[in-house]
Amino acid sequence: MFNMYWKPSPLQSALLSSALFLICIGAYLFVSHQRHQENPSDKIMPTVSKIADGVQRTAFETDRKGEYRLWIDTWASFKRFGISLGLMGFAILLGLYMGLFPVVEALFYRFMLFFDKVPALALLPILFIVFGLGEVSKVSLIVLGVFPTIALDTYLRAKAVPGEQLIKARTLGASNLGITFRVVLPQIMPDVLNTIRLNFKAMVLFLIAGESLAASVGLGYRIFVVRRYIAMDIIIPYVLWMSLLAFTADLLVRLWIKKGYAWHRAH
Amino acid sequence: MFANRGLYGFAKCLTLLVLGSLALTPAMAREKYEVAWSIYVGWMPWPYAEESGILKKWADKYDIEIELVQMDYVASIEAYVAGQVDACVMTNMECLNMPAASGIDSTALIIGDYSNGNDAILVRDNIDAKSIKGREISLVELTVSHYLLNRYLEKQGMSERDVRILNTSDSDIGPIFLADKSQKVVVTWNPIVMQIEQHPGISKLFTSADIPGEIIDMMVVNTKTLSENPALGKALTGAWYEVMQVMSQRGAAANKALAQMAGRAECSPIEFKNQLKTTAMFYTPKAAIDYAGGEEIKRNMDYVRDFCFQQGLLGEDAPSADVVGIRFPDGSVRGDKGNVKFRFDTTYLKMAAAGKL
Repeated sequence: MFNMYWKPSPLQSALLSSALFLICIGAYLFVSHQRHQENPSDKIMPTVSKIADGVQRTAFETDRKGEYRLWIDTWASFKRFGISLGLMGFAILLGLYMGLFPVVEALFYRFMLFFDKVPALALLPILFIVFGLGEVSKVSLIVLGVFPTIALDTYLRAKAVPGEQLIKARTLGASNLGITFRVVLPQIMPDVLNTIRLNFKAMVLFLIAGESLAASVGLGYRIFVVRRYIAMDIIIPYVLWMSLLAFTADLLVRLWIKKGYAWHRAH
Repeated sequence: MFANRGLYGFAKCLTLLVLGSLALTPAMAREKYEVAWSIYVGWMPWPYAEESGILKKWADKYDIEIELVQMDYVASIEAYVAGQVDACVMTNMECLNMPAASGIDSTALIIGDYSNGNDAILVRDNIDAKSIKGREISLVELTVSHYLLNRYLEKQGMSERDVRILNTSDSDIGPIFLADKSQKVVVTWNPIVMQIEQHPGISKLFTSADIPGEIIDMMVVNTKTLSENPALGKALTGAWYEVMQVMSQRGAAANKALAQMAGRAECSPIEFKNQLKTTAMFYTPKAAIDYAGGEEIKRNMDYVRDFCFQQGLLGEDAPSADVVGIRFPDGSVRGDKGNVKFRFDTTYLKMAAAGKL
């Protein structure tokens, strides 16, 4: 079985793929059960029924303020994430222009290169002071954290487009804008989308960091507040929920690439 | 090929190392205990006890080893609840809603002090009870700050619904409040209170000195560990009151000790002394016994547990504030007698008072 030519059957493949998931879940259930035998009110590793109860309370019942927490938190975080994602469009544009126009490259490239290495989290207090405690500071943290990476990645990909193609397009009468948006952008777009997709994790991390420091609603906010009474029965579903949302977003982008850029798979 | 063999050898070494370390779990000569602490004026005697050798002296006397571990506040209590450390400093409120509510039977071994102004509501533009309505208030939710605000609003005939709360991390709450003039009300603790109130235009609306004795700072030990190993309780209590004696005297020795504590608390000796003024230390075991054994503490614990229950801190599905039992030195219990998880115990304090340690 352990050679490079082995071809798993669909069943074998499914078994192997689920093995690690099952081991993790099994290990959790085992340890949680043991802890509960020792201390029935253990909160650190709640049992499945306690977690289910946590989901019930956060998603389908109102809290003492009369709010369905899970949904208002999801909506608040979703908005912050969505706005930041929209702003990534500017990162793509900047990267594209840096790759194609020497004047933009000269102005921005070195700055972006440096900016990319600045740990945005360490600047949070400054962000809060400049942008206040509202939404702007949270969105700007995500943008500051991921913008340079996306811009630089787009830049590298635009640079990698063969010069012959640009000359060819120009001899066929393409303008600057034509080359930028009809020759270069379409062919680097799938790779750029992949980079954005892979940066979802960083964006979520920055989102949680921002929400944990100053907020009154949001997924990250809730996790940090209920930590004050070790409500792991809420934290665990929240973490799973966030993973699921990020996974879904990732899946959507992959589908977009697959449908919109079918030629890309041939590469 | 060669690189491959190198990797192979590395993997082999690693395996041997892991197996070896598993097999060689050394037999401990003496029982070793880990005690977590975090920076707060009322807890600075602990690192001083360690640095000055006082803690080691008392540990040696009872033939045990005590290791102090410095942590962030919430992280330290989480470590205590998870059983990673045997004892931890915390307030009466966190003791109730973190370990006790999680079923970890905990004993308040030493009642060190109560906050007598270390927690405060600070305002701009002389905001008062009338104009606070509807305002946004930044604080760290579900902490003693939140409790203080609730007590204030309660005394003014209002409730939390009359204001808007913005959860803000304690690491940034001071600088942000100072920088952002649009923020009018903040609730926080020392040394942040001290830093904020030095600025013009900011005044104190309400402090923990207005609710004396409600926010208590304690050394909490796992009850099971303590009953099995009284030596730990004796050594900690002995060391604590030796430090108290040094601190409460006047003169060079006390100043040196305070300067050392200030250094560990990352503030100047003057700032440290100012914070001590808003901390009602129980310098003698007798003072702590009197407070823990009195009636006042029961009423104060009722305020605290009512707050914890209303905020869902005792478990969101808790039927009432009685779900956790709190036992007082006279044997009386508030809450569920069958589920006592929080004990005020003056046994060791009495030994210290009688000079029997």
